[in-house]
Amino acid sequence: MNTQVRELQVTPIPDTIDAPGLGFLPAGAGWRAPRLAAFFRDAGQRLLPWLVPVGLVLAWQVASALGWLSTRVLPAPLEVIKAAWTLAVSGELWLHVKVSAGRALAGLAVGGGLGLLLGLLTGSVRFFETLLDSTIQMVRNIPALALIPLVILWFGIDETAKLFLISVSVFFPIYINTFHGIRNVDPGLIEMARTYGLSRSQLYRQVILPGALPSILVGLRFSLGLMWVILIVAETISAQAGIGYMTMNAREFLQTDIVLVGILLYAALGKIADVLARSLERVWLRWHPGYQNAKA
Amino acid sequence: MTTTSLESTNGVGLQVRGVHKRYGAREVLSRADITIQPGEFVAIVGRSGCGKSTLLRLVAGLESATTGKLRIDGEDIAGLREDTRIMFQDSRLLPWRRVFDNVALGLPPAQRQHADEVLAQVGLGDRGGDWPAKLSGGQRQRVSLARALVHNPRLLLLDEPLGALDALTRIEMHQLIEGLWQRNGFTALLVTHDVQEAVALADRVILIEDGRIALDERIDLPRPRVRGSAAFAALEARVLNRVLSREGAEPQHERGDHSLFSSVAQVRWAI
Repeated sequence: MNTQVRELQVTPIPDTIDAPGLGFLPAGAGWRAPRLAAFFRDAGQRLLPWLVPVGLVLAWQVASALGWLSTRVLPAPLEVIKAAWTLAVSGELWLHVKVSAGRALAGLAVGGGLGLLLGLLTGSVRFFETLLDSTIQMVRNIPALALIPLVILWFGIDETAKLFLISVSVFFPIYINTFHGIRNVDPGLIEMARTYGLSRSQLYRQVILPGALPSILVGLRFSLGLMWVILIVAETISAQAGIGYMTMNAREFLQTDIVLVGILLYAALGKIADVLARSLERVWLRWHPGYQNAKA
Repeated sequence: MTTTSLESTNGVGLQVRGVHKRYGAREVLSRADITIQPGEFVAIVGRSGCGKSTLLRLVAGLESATTGKLRIDGEDIAGLREDTRIMFQDSRLLPWRRVFDNVALGLPPAQRQHADEVLAQVGLGDRGGDWPAKLSGGQRQRVSLARALVHNPRLLLLDEPLGALDALTRIEMHQLIEGLWQRNGFTALLVTHDVQEAVALADRVILIEDGRIALDERIDLPRPRVRGSAAFAALEARVLNRVLSREGAEPQHERGDHSLFSSVAQVRWAI
């Protein structure tokens, strides 16, 4: 019997998952002769997507240098870099970034935390679903930005108003995805866990939460996208610091280069948040065939 | 009485007495009476939807009978039991836990190291650190078997555990299950639609038809059983013929029954 078992181990396992994660491994990395050619082909493949954006920036720079583009419309890329550098050296840039990121994260913590808690509650307990879900689904249809006049009346134009707007907008994606994540956990797994003697809390921690996690993280990524959009709008209303304040201030003085720095900063922050969320997925969902990276 | 009584058994005896199970108006099991000796390996065969899986779920304590009694060692089954473990048709491994942690599921911390021993017994001693998604279907069912056995069950319920595997893997799994059953001495109840599987593994094959026990056949072949042998083939043919004999015999009756049911349901709905 044991020999039978051994034999089976030797046979390679037909994988149902494979391809997507391994697709970008350098092909034929161990081969000597076509190595150089492969390297250049590989580099070409990697550089090609950059051709258009780099070309556009170059054309922009040339157009500005030749005076075809007025600096009131668009400052030259070099001017933008210079402005960013000056702001960075004076420390002003970091102050604004810190204030903006702080607002965004505080809103995410409040709204996202509430969304997660309520989603867990309505997803797990039928009573709370009946009690709360239809109300939340109704409120969800109100766009957060439509609340601005009311929010200003309630909270003035202070930090509270911004925090409120961001919290409201990040709440719903996390709530809905948490709720559905929990509802879509395979009932077969829950039944199995019960027959194997797991207590309620063990069942929750070991089966239901990990099963809902992919969906919760999708909600988080939606929320991050919304978070920056709402932050930009909220900071444009009024602020004493933050990237929005910096750009609106620069607009008053026609400093288009600083306005552009602000826009690019928002883009960079959005990108960083997305990269962080993705790396969370890679760590937490490393069991998931859809998220397995080359290492696995 | 049983062929296994020579060995000391740690299995339980199971008594099913006049068990009925209804879902709404549909009767899934009617008057099931089965006695299983401690340490016996019993296979339940039947067409899909005949009520064999329901019987298994009743024994597991996942559902309760409408009427009738189920007893383990004279004790009524009232819900899930510590000494009973199920191996499901789909392996039901937690995809977010590595193989070792899947096997150790629900074990108290002090006994977790047993998971390694049992994994080695099913031939996957070196795969403890892998994700279930990396395993083949047969390997997943081995893990699932290890997960059941690590609790040292006195009754192992197998719910068509090999239905999705290819023929060769299935034969290997038969040998594995038989060997572990002989070594550990638990009582085994296997639900399957594969008559050959039932004859290869079981001391007794019970056929369920339309919720009733239609055949209770003792398989007195010596173990390990040789599939090609004449005695094996004769027994297999006998059970298979009995399973198939119903076909064409009274289909009219069944269809008549069904239409009656649906029309009654329609009327009730209309009222």
